[in-house]
Amino acid sequence: MSQRLTAADVAKVARLARLNVSPEEVERYTRQLDGMLDHFADIDNLDLANVEPMTQPYPLVNVLRADVEQPCLDRDEVLAVAPAAEDGRFRVPPSGGLHE
Amino acid sequence: MNDFPTVASIAADVAAGRVSARAILEEHLTRIDSRESEVHAFNLVMRDRALQAANEIDDRVKRGDNPGRLAGVPIALKDNMCTRGIDTTCSSRILEGWKPPYDATAVKKLAAEGAVFIGKTNLDEFAMGSSTENSAFGPTRNPLDTSRVPGGSSGGSAAAVAAGFAAGSLGSDTGGSIRQPAALCGLVGVKPTYGLVSRYGLVAFASSLDQIGPFTHTVEDAAILTEVIAGHDPMDSTSIPQPAPALVGVLGAGVKGLRIGRVADLPKGADPDVLARLDVAFDELAKAGATIVDVTLPSLSFALTAYYLIAPAEASSNLARYDGVRYGKRVAAGDINTMYADTREAGFGDEVKRRIMLGTYALSAGYYDAYYGKALKVRRLIADDFARAYAAADVILTPTSPSVAFRFGSKTDDPLAMYLCDIFTIPTNLAGHPAMSVPFGTGQDGMPVGVQVLAPTLGESTMFRVAAELERAA
Repeated sequence: MSQRLTAADVAKVARLARLNVSPEEVERYTRQLDGMLDHFADIDNLDLANVEPMTQPYPLVNVLRADVEQPCLDRDEVLAVAPAAEDGRFRVPPSGGLHE
Repeated sequence: MNDFPTVASIAADVAAGRVSARAILEEHLTRIDSRESEVHAFNLVMRDRALQAANEIDDRVKRGDNPGRLAGVPIALKDNMCTRGIDTTCSSRILEGWKPPYDATAVKKLAAEGAVFIGKTNLDEFAMGSSTENSAFGPTRNPLDTSRVPGGSSGGSAAAVAAGFAAGSLGSDTGGSIRQPAALCGLVGVKPTYGLVSRYGLVAFASSLDQIGPFTHTVEDAAILTEVIAGHDPMDSTSIPQPAPALVGVLGAGVKGLRIGRVADLPKGADPDVLARLDVAFDELAKAGATIVDVTLPSLSFALTAYYLIAPAEASSNLARYDGVRYGKRVAAGDINTMYADTREAGFGDEVKRRIMLGTYALSAGYYDAYYGKALKVRRLIADDFARAYAAADVILTPTSPSVAFRFGSKTDDPLAMYLCDIFTIPTNLAGHPAMSVPFGTGQDGMPVGVQVLAPTLGESTMFRVAAELERAA
């Protein structure tokens, strides 16, 4: 194993991604992601200094429609499939719980 | 080859009143009843809605109204396409029970032409996989040999057509998820030009790569379905604002004078039986009047790396929306961050978590330039390689999959081995080009081999001409 990333890196990434992972998962993901990063090192020696990054197959342009009222999703229909709703809004627990 | 009715024949017979849409549907439902428990192509069979739709088509025919180009054709939909009021799970626990409040554009377009939706098909969770073994609801089996995978991620859509449960189906292709299962199940599978088919209502995996396309038994059927679902859609800002290419009309045009590219530096990894069929394909096209030209794509061997950094990066962002707030599963908790993390832990499977982690890592501070930023530059190199190659060739031929359908469990413990299944299909998605898999004989153990036809942006007409010739020669 090449140790391109550590268990601590994986635990940090899991926190950033809002994923709970068990110690066994941290061990397994560290091994598997490390193996992948090892394979991905094949691009390390490419000369990319003058290459323009490509984010999309086509250059993105803003697309605006005419400013005319159109039908949209029905609020009650959308809230009906939400896990919890109240007074026409999504209901969620209070903020907090983010531990470093 | 089987004797299942084609999209073209069903639509013609139903429109002419020679057979009822209801009878066609019942024939397909009978096949579902006899083999679905073994194949598991579907997350949901829409029996009652399909019967209602078929009856409506029959009424239209009786009244003398135009029943549409797909009159009474049973179509299966990959379960990552939104269907109003009908479960759309992406084969994930996190969306179990969710009923979208709207239809995907591609779904609407099929319905407008008289298609009868027979069910929602199984997939690797959120389309992440190459075997359909990553579904939260259990794997789909290859109808041609149920000890083997159907490919993935659109394995259910491929199996549904291969087993005669539907005359055609829709899948989505982010890195080969239509073409690879088509090859493994002996079907035609098309990944159209990025932007040709609207992505509105397709649950996003990697937005700069995803594209909807059809599975069918014949090239003509694939041309019909692609024509129906293609076209500009104001609901998708990446939809191409141009008329879609004509396909059905060109199928008889032959390949005389066309230049067919053979990749001189094709990445290693394809099995000998697959490469042998590719050689025959070149010979047959040459016999039919095409010229075979050598092209080089030196950056192709880096495509896997670029793809498995870009696609997970986009996925980690797209899948941030599954947080228990607006739809799907929620695990109750006393505060919101615990709710997010508990919900995502309970809702996502192993491969989805792995890709979210990989993508989050590739985008995180300190690693962005080394991974995601570099991958975007490699993506440009690949697109530039193709641009040079298409100056010399009208289309390029490669294998679709490095091997015929493999057995269950043979790659599940090694994610990288599974990713290598996509080595020949991924470059197309990175470039945004069209490509399709055409069944071309059999390889090891009598399992089907697919040949992949690649074309430049909006080159579908030429691509389908070549596919039709391969079908005649197969």
